[in-house]
Amino acid sequence: MVLSVIALVSALGVVLSKNPVTSVLCLIVTFFTIAGHYIMLNAQFLAVVHIIVYAGAIMVLFLYVMMLMNLNAEVEPQKRNWLKYAGAISGGALLVVLVAALRDASMPAVGAEANEIGLIKNLGQLLFTQYVVPFEVSSILFLSAMVGAVVIGKKD
Amino acid sequence: MPVQYYIFLSIALFCIGVMGVLMRRNAIIIFMCIELMLNAVNLLLVAFSKMWADAGRVDAGSAQLFVFFIMVVAAAEVAVGLAIITMVYRNTHSVDINILNRLKN
Repeated sequence: MVLSVIALVSALGVVLSKNPVTSVLCLIVTFFTIAGHYIMLNAQFLAVVHIIVYAGAIMVLFLYVMMLMNLNAEVEPQKRNWLKYAGAISGGALLVVLVAALRDASMPAVGAEANEIGLIKNLGQLLFTQYVVPFEVSSILFLSAMVGAVVIGKKD
Repeated sequence: MPVQYYIFLSIALFCIGVMGVLMRRNAIIIFMCIELMLNAVNLLLVAFSKMWADAGRVDAGSAQLFVFFIMVVAAAEVAVGLAIITMVYRNTHSVDINILNRLKN
């Protein structure tokens, strides 16, 4: 419960803060709370991977790009205020519609008992037997993304 | 704890991400909001995985592997996207997305 409140508050902080660096720090807090939820849902391997990939790699990349651009002094132009209200209203409308649609759905509860399904032993077995082809395809995806990033970022 | 709790948490996080994409003009913050939306979906998938595992299904680990692949795609996407944003900043000295409508000329 506390984790969820922290997650929502820091997610709002990402959207509402003026300073981009504050946004990044709020997003890191959100990612840690989501990792806490993963641990509570018996997905230990995913929690560790989540922290390593998101807080360790992606957010460092964001901070690094932000440092490179020196965005601290820059303020966003505020000339289109109605666009902000339109965005907030449509996002809120989406929230209301989804909550109203799913409020009466009856679903089983998730218990607190532990299971072994999220441990690295079971997931690794599944990954390298049943899902070995997507795994290899994702490695090709990574390679092409790496080449693409270098080609795009190269000074021509 | 009912699984609706996680559904509503994911919906709230996803809608905050949508609001951020619609409200902000800074390309990097829009990118971070997309990450937030991906994470909301991941959280929902893990919650459903736990639900099916409690119901006795043996293949509930597939959902967690799906989350793993979403993380892989998100990492690749961030690498390419930040390269594009850096390129845009180098050419226009701004990451304001309103400036990108010059692309049509």
